[in-house]
Amino acid sequence: MSNQVKLLQGNEACVEGAVLAGVRFFAGYPITPSTEIAEGMARRLPRIGGRFIQMEDEIASMAAIIGASCAGSKSMTATSGPGFSLMQENLGYAYITETPCVVVDVQRGGPSTGLPTKISQSDTMQAAYGTHGDYYAIVLAPSSVEESLHLTVKAVNYSEMYRTPVIVLLDEVLGHMREKVVIPALDEIEVQERRRPAVPPDWYKHYAITATGVSAMASFGEGYRFNVTGLTHDELGFPTAVPREIKAMLDKLKDKVVKNADAIAEFESTEMDDDPKVAILSYGIVSRAAKQAVAMAREQRLKVGAIRPKTIWPLSESKVRDLLKPVRQLIVAELNQGQLINMVKQCIDRNHTELIPLQKYDGELITPSEILHKIKEVKHHAN
Amino acid sequence: MQTKSDIVHHYLRPKKKFPHVWCSGCGLGVILGSLIRSIDALQMPKDDIVVCSGIGCSSRLPVYIDFNTLHTTHGRAIAFATGVKFSNPRLKVIVVTGDGDCLAIGGNHFIHACRRNIDITVILVNNWIYGMTGGQFSPTTPTGKIGSTAPYGNIEQTFDPTKLAIAAGAAYVARSTVYHVDQLDKMIKGGLEKKGFSVVEVISNCHTYFGRLNKEGDAVEMLTWMKAHAMPIQAARKLPPEKMEGKFVTGLLHDEEKQEYCDRYAQLSEDLMKKTEARP
Ligand SMILES: Cc1ncc(C[n+]2csc(CCOP(=O)(O)OP(=O)(O)O)c2C)c(N)n1
Ligand code: SF4
Repeated sequence: MSNQVKLLQGNEACVEGAVLAGVRFFAGYPITPSTEIAEGMARRLPRIGGRFIQMEDEIASMAAIIGASCAGSKSMTATSGPGFSLMQENLGYAYITETPCVVVDVQRGGPSTGLPTKISQSDTMQAAYGTHGDYYAIVLAPSSVEESLHLTVKAVNYSEMYRTPVIVLLDEVLGHMREKVVIPALDEIEVQERRRPAVPPDWYKHYAITATGVSAMASFGEGYRFNVTGLTHDELGFPTAVPREIKAMLDKLKDKVVKNADAIAEFESTEMDDDPKVAILSYGIVSRAAKQAVAMAREQRLKVGAIRPKTIWPLSESKVRDLLKPVRQLIVAELNQGQLINMVKQCIDRNHTELIPLQKYDGELITPSEILHKIKEVKHHAN
Repeated sequence: MQTKSDIVHHYLRPKKKFPHVWCSGCGLGVILGSLIRSIDALQMPKDDIVVCSGIGCSSRLPVYIDFNTLHTTHGRAIAFATGVKFSNPRLKVIVVTGDGDCLAIGGNHFIHACRRNIDITVILVNNWIYGMTGGQFSPTTPTGKIGSTAPYGNIEQTFDPTKLAIAAGAAYVARSTVYHVDQLDKMIKGGLEKKGFSVVEVISNCHTYFGRLNKEGDAVEMLTWMKAHAMPIQAARKLPPEKMEGKFVTGLLHDEEKQEYCDRYAQLSEDLMKKTEARP
């Protein structure tokens, strides 16, 4: 099939990406501004041999996609703030049981019911740290409709490659706005499958400690008859209280993500080649305004650049430091009271780079001129 | 000849995980045996069976048996099981759950699985109390009975999960006890054979908490109580209500043919795919 060009919403692009990546199981519960993803899946999946089910709530949706993944399906759900909160316990279950699955969180204003139809990036920290216990998630954040498609594919791939839940962070504007999307043909994208066991059932360990840190994964019904539990377990999947085994399991979960941070963490830089001392760090829809602010600033001969993490978590410390080498002042622009800035703080040298917050949390987007204004303010003080 | 205990051993996990966590005399051992005998009687392949559970003493049951086992979060076993079954309808999916797990925290999932009539068999272990957390009252604790969080007696109404299941649309609903083992085997076997959502409520003894807190004695005394108070449905139907006072009904309470969820979806999907193909 050749490329198709479509005018799509971000939410619809997630559906396209999921289908391309091989997602054939979707369980969800309606919530603004993510509902179009469930609606799209409800239309698409039964036509291509996939399964769509509307569950009784988000707790059940998360549970169902994990169950489906154990039975061998690539699976996904989509939600927004309140539903994302409800999913947290079972997200931790997917993490500890190393069950691949994808959760799309189309952010709206919070806390609680908050602002159902307004934009926000206030689930940033919840996406990275939401469930209880030590937890190392993978969180991807597109900034355009087309990228929503591609990062959904990537999220599915990462979940399969690393056997872990992956979160895609959209927001109300990105989810609902329409842009041109080139839908790639299947042979133009990379699609990853979970590694299957190469050993006979008697030797199979569902949580084997391996050189890569990722265990092969059998599905229910294939003759392996393993145990899956949210209790701290040994390599076979049986509950354990042996200190050595407890530590080994927690290290394995962490290392899979943290030791691969350089491979997982991706950034886009704009106008960073001439080593600007001032830069803007932002993600998602905000980075679109940041890019434009940089263009406006450059027209006025102000030397600034912009950095956009496509991966919110894990943040690769070495990549961040590399990118920030010339930068003495980093404006962190975001639609919340300071979440990304908190996360970035952990991996920069603050003697070298000063962090300057630009935060908006009134349900409106940050505009390019607001960012430009901040750039000028920072430049002025620096002079 | 294979004895009953040979059969049971054939289905226990060879590698681990004994001794089990249960108190000696707990009714859960009887239920484990009954489930195994029922599966064996139907000669279902081990590889095709998935047993899911939530959290609680009863929910520890799957870990010991040699099937595909999914020990999930508190209350959510039926939702996980729905994902397993719907993803691969060829699998035989069984849920083992407690009265707290299934009817308090998991009550909503239970209702909606009944309503969907998805082909899952639920073994609801009703010991009238939260065993694992140490004897707090549950949705099925009889009014007036003591729990650690109802030290002056439970002031809430108790309720009958079989009536809930029937009202919500389950295809097969039965009740038995850990005393009435032959009947229990039959009820579980019937549930497994049923295409659709089947619920087998098993009255079980938690002598450690319910028995002790309510001075109802040890395991044997609690089993004796079950023997004295269970009334098979055939007999119960003939009795006037006053004779049923204090008794509970056992046996097959509801059995209905209706379309199963996965089948219905498969039909829809097949029709849609044909239409898509037919289009030029
Ligand atoms: C979300 C959550 N809340 C509370 C608990 C604590 N908890 C563990 S088991 C249990 C009750 C189990 O009772 P029941 O389902 O009746 O099973 P039993 O132990 O009696 O077999 C509770 C409240 C938990 N594990 N998770
Ligand atoms: S606490 Fe009660 S339910 Fe749990 S194992 Fe002991 S007797 Fe059984």
